[in-house]
Amino acid sequence: MKPAAFDYHAPRTLEEALDLLAAYGEDAKPLAGGQSLVPTMNFRLAQPEVLVDLNSIEELFFMREGEGGLHCGAMTRQRTVERSAMAKQVAPLLYEAMPHIAHAQIRNRGTIGGSLAHADPAAELPAVAIALDASMYVRSVTDARWIAARDFYVGLFATAMEPGELLIEVAFPRPRPRSGWSFEEVARQHGNYAMCGAAAVVELSDRGVIERARLVFLSVGEGPVAADQAAAMLVGERPTATVLRAAAEEAATKEIDPVGDIHAGPAYRRHLARVIGERVLNSAAARAFEACPT
Amino acid sequence: MNQTIELIVNGKQYRRTVEPRLLLCDFLRNELGLTGTHVGCEHGVCGACTVLLDREAVRSCLLFAVQANGREIATVEGLGEGPQQMHALQHGFWETHGLQCGYCTPGILMSLVPFLEENPNPTEEEIRDLLSGNICRCTGYQKIVESVQLGARLLRETSK
Ligand SMILES: Cc1cc2nc3c(=O)[nH]c(=O)nc-3n(C[C@H](O)[C@H](O)[C@H](O)COP(=O)(O)OP(=O)(O)OC[C@H]3O[C@@H](n4cnc5c(N)ncnc54)[C@H](O)[C@@H]3O)c2cc1C
Ligand code: FES
Ligand code: FES
Repeated sequence: MKPAAFDYHAPRTLEEALDLLAAYGEDAKPLAGGQSLVPTMNFRLAQPEVLVDLNSIEELFFMREGEGGLHCGAMTRQRTVERSAMAKQVAPLLYEAMPHIAHAQIRNRGTIGGSLAHADPAAELPAVAIALDASMYVRSVTDARWIAARDFYVGLFATAMEPGELLIEVAFPRPRPRSGWSFEEVARQHGNYAMCGAAAVVELSDRGVIERARLVFLSVGEGPVAADQAAAMLVGERPTATVLRAAAEEAATKEIDPVGDIHAGPAYRRHLARVIGERVLNSAAARAFEACPT
Repeated sequence: MNQTIELIVNGKQYRRTVEPRLLLCDFLRNELGLTGTHVGCEHGVCGACTVLLDREAVRSCLLFAVQANGREIATVEGLGEGPQQMHALQHGFWETHGLQCGYCTPGILMSLVPFLEENPNPTEEEIRDLLSGNICRCTGYQKIVESVQLGARLLRETSK
């Protein structure tokens, strides 16, 4: 058999799951869609002694519109979001990024919470969460807290969650007035992990000047990389092609630190970041203009 | 600790006691003898092991058999009754040479069943997008695309 032996628990309530995680500490791992965890177990890169399967906990499967925008329970399947008219309306950037994750057969199982908690630097959702200023609700037996997406990612496959903590819910804020968004990536084949990708949000003032911008990359660092200098350069400017290109250039030369692999070396990834960065800024700005009352 | 599970596979009820680490693909093949579900990569990439879990296509190499407790599984064995009574999709692949070695075929067929239920008349682009989740090392995909087109047409005709 491929994976090392483990004890399996399938609690029906959140309380039970949190108790199990508290009791077993670092020996236990939550199992969500299993689309990242089970491959690593099959390779025996991960050998958890205890699996706490979240798939029977109904409280973690929900999607609703609320104060924070689109609220997704951690176990919301990626496929559910992809098929949701509500997600399309309330969190259009999330909706646009979703089909880029793997293949339909993987998204049928893969979850929002699993992808965000896994913190793969090549994953789409962490970058989207930061671009949207999403927040994560995390609980343990004793504590409960909201963490801003930006503070949630702390390194390679690492989050601010402590052992015993579980990601419960994520809130993706709705688009603000006069704002536009965009997501793009380049992968060798649709469904493969991207060699580079980017999410952008551009918000205009009523005079057509950029008031706020976000540009976040994936696959070019240890985690999602927010190009904050590039975003700061844009504030107060009109979103002309020249201005947007200069911001993408700044991001690609100074703010990312891509490592190479067999698919793409650092120089090529940097090139992709420049091209994709410029594209997403342009289409986000175009959408922001469309969203402005004339 | 071993666990006893009950599940339905291709309409038939089974009860077995298994180790939690037993993958669903290995359960189907080694415990139930349903060797139509193929195993290629065992990390979700190739799609050969795709089966239906409660009517949705999933990788059986990324599920533990214990997770299928109380659920319904469909494998390629449940598609047609045999060479004389093939499923419309299988007919499409047979007529149009949609396979050479056939290793990838069961996973592709099982991916297609829910896909065509949701979208009975897909465009070539939609078909290719769906097929991106299944690796074929023989055909070059062109014949598979044509097989899907024929299979989809046959399905539409039988459901009229
Ligand atoms: C062939 C293939 C291609 C893929 N391509 C992509 C891709 O292009 N982009 C992409 O982003 N992903 C890709 N993935 C990964 C896939 O999207 C996974 O769904 C996702 O990364 C993890 O989600 P999951 O629900 O399967 O989590 P799991 O695999 O179950 O868990 C992942 C990790 O998160 C932890 N975890 C899960 N849920 C919680 C929670 N609620 N609280 C705390 N910790 C938790 C687990 O313990 C584990 O360590 C691919 C996977 C495969 C097999
Ligand atoms: S064996 Fe399951 S996807 Fe390859
Ligand atoms: S027919 Fe041989 S792998 Fe597809």
